[in-house]
Amino acid sequence: MAEPEGGGRPVAFRGGGFSPRRLGAVGPLVFIAVVAFWEAGCRAGVIPPLVLPAPSEALAALVHLVETGLLWKHLGASLQRLLAGWTLGTLLGIAVGFSIGLFSLARASLAPVVAAIFPIPKIALLPLFVIWFGIGEGSKVATILFGTFFPTVIATYGGVDNVDRSLIRMGQSFGLSWLSIVRKIVLPGALPAILPGFRISAAIAIVLLVAAEMIGAEFGIGAYILLAGSLMATDELLAGAAVLSVMGLTVNWLIARAERFLLRWRT
Amino acid sequence: MELRLAGLQHGYGDIEVLRGIDLALPAGRVVCIVGPSGCGKSTLLRLIGGLERPDRGQVVQTGEPPPGCLNPLTYIFQDFALLPWRTVEGNVRLVLEDHGFGRAETAGIVDDVLARTRLSEFRAAFPRQLSGGMKQRVAIARALAVSPAFLLMDEPLSALDAQTRELLLDDLVDLWARERFSAVYITHNLEEAVRLGHRIVVLSRRPATVREVLEIDLPLDARAARAPDLEAHRTRLWRLIRDEAQAVDLELVDG
Repeated sequence: MAEPEGGGRPVAFRGGGFSPRRLGAVGPLVFIAVVAFWEAGCRAGVIPPLVLPAPSEALAALVHLVETGLLWKHLGASLQRLLAGWTLGTLLGIAVGFSIGLFSLARASLAPVVAAIFPIPKIALLPLFVIWFGIGEGSKVATILFGTFFPTVIATYGGVDNVDRSLIRMGQSFGLSWLSIVRKIVLPGALPAILPGFRISAAIAIVLLVAAEMIGAEFGIGAYILLAGSLMATDELLAGAAVLSVMGLTVNWLIARAERFLLRWRT
Repeated sequence: MELRLAGLQHGYGDIEVLRGIDLALPAGRVVCIVGPSGCGKSTLLRLIGGLERPDRGQVVQTGEPPPGCLNPLTYIFQDFALLPWRTVEGNVRLVLEDHGFGRAETAGIVDDVLARTRLSEFRAAFPRQLSGGMKQRVAIARALAVSPAFLLMDEPLSALDAQTRELLLDDLVDLWARERFSAVYITHNLEEAVRLGHRIVVLSRRPATVREVLEIDLPLDARAARAPDLEAHRTRLWRLIRDEAQAVDLELVDG
């Protein structure tokens, strides 16, 4: 190190670190390396095909799925259930969450019920849903609906509770109507808590989708995976899992886009 | 329109905050209320504007608000209370939306108040992009949009740095010279009180009572040039508050 003019030592730098840097290429490289390693292991015979098929075989199964047109049939059936269940669950969840956040009576009566039912894994209730809503689409949509409803309720009323009270008082001081305060102050103020709740409920919805499709479904990614599993067709099973991964990533990406648009007023 | 406070009394639980406040708030003048911190100044202001219900006593309005007044008692808050998801223009529009104006009429009022507060070029900015002083000017523009009969200002300059505070203080003096609004101005800053107040009300520490009411006859726009006179008033105020402020300083917070 250069000696400062006039003697003395420079003060040592001790800041830095603790803030992640962007290393764009590392992620894809690691992914490619893992897949290549795996493929090489299979080709060399270190990994038996029954234990774990080669990525190329899983890819072949996926290509076959696309070529026969079955992929769209499975995907279509799954997406329909996912969309119906998640949308209904989310809408109901937001409505109930807002009532709990805004009305003392709703809070006193509904909040304990929600708290009691929320921790039950909805998969455990699937047989009940089959009895209530039939073995067809009803029980599948209902499972996803229930699964997304509860986390949404909790995220929503947590968000409503956290809205800056001074903004509400401001609204009252200018004589805004109750509805205006809810629409223009409480709703946008709760949104930063509601949107991350969507990520959680979407992940739960995909888990429940696969579980629900394992009972009495002809088409659907879950049904496809279940069939592949029972035939020990592990390459098909992995192809199905890859489709689920892409589905999850897409949903996450969509929610991130929505967040960036709806919360663009934040830093 | 004038306001009169008659025997206002208020407390939270066991803590008595205000005890028998009687005050007249005349039209067209600025009444500054000063007192040691935590003496219940802000509570008093919330009672005056009807945001809180007094335990005893009442706030009486005499006379009707001037025609065209949309919100007679309008607050300006210390923390600005701007909606972060609305632009400058949107924040002003918020308080007009419930009054059923047409699009052109609303735009007219918004343009007018933004021009009066010199904010026209910032109309599309979000609050996070603005400095503290600018945010408070947006809040002032929003208050002007409803043509209030009384402005209720709760330490409007306390969240700002000293330089911005000085600038905005001049803005407020100019504004008063043009609009002759009636105002209640809460502050713990005696400098602001002697610059802006026609009448200065000194509160005691909790439970707050009116200790003294001072009249300053100098016109607001002449005050900046009359520093020695103001200094005399300020010293007198400080002497009134000093001992109490010291006593408050030694109290435990939840005592």
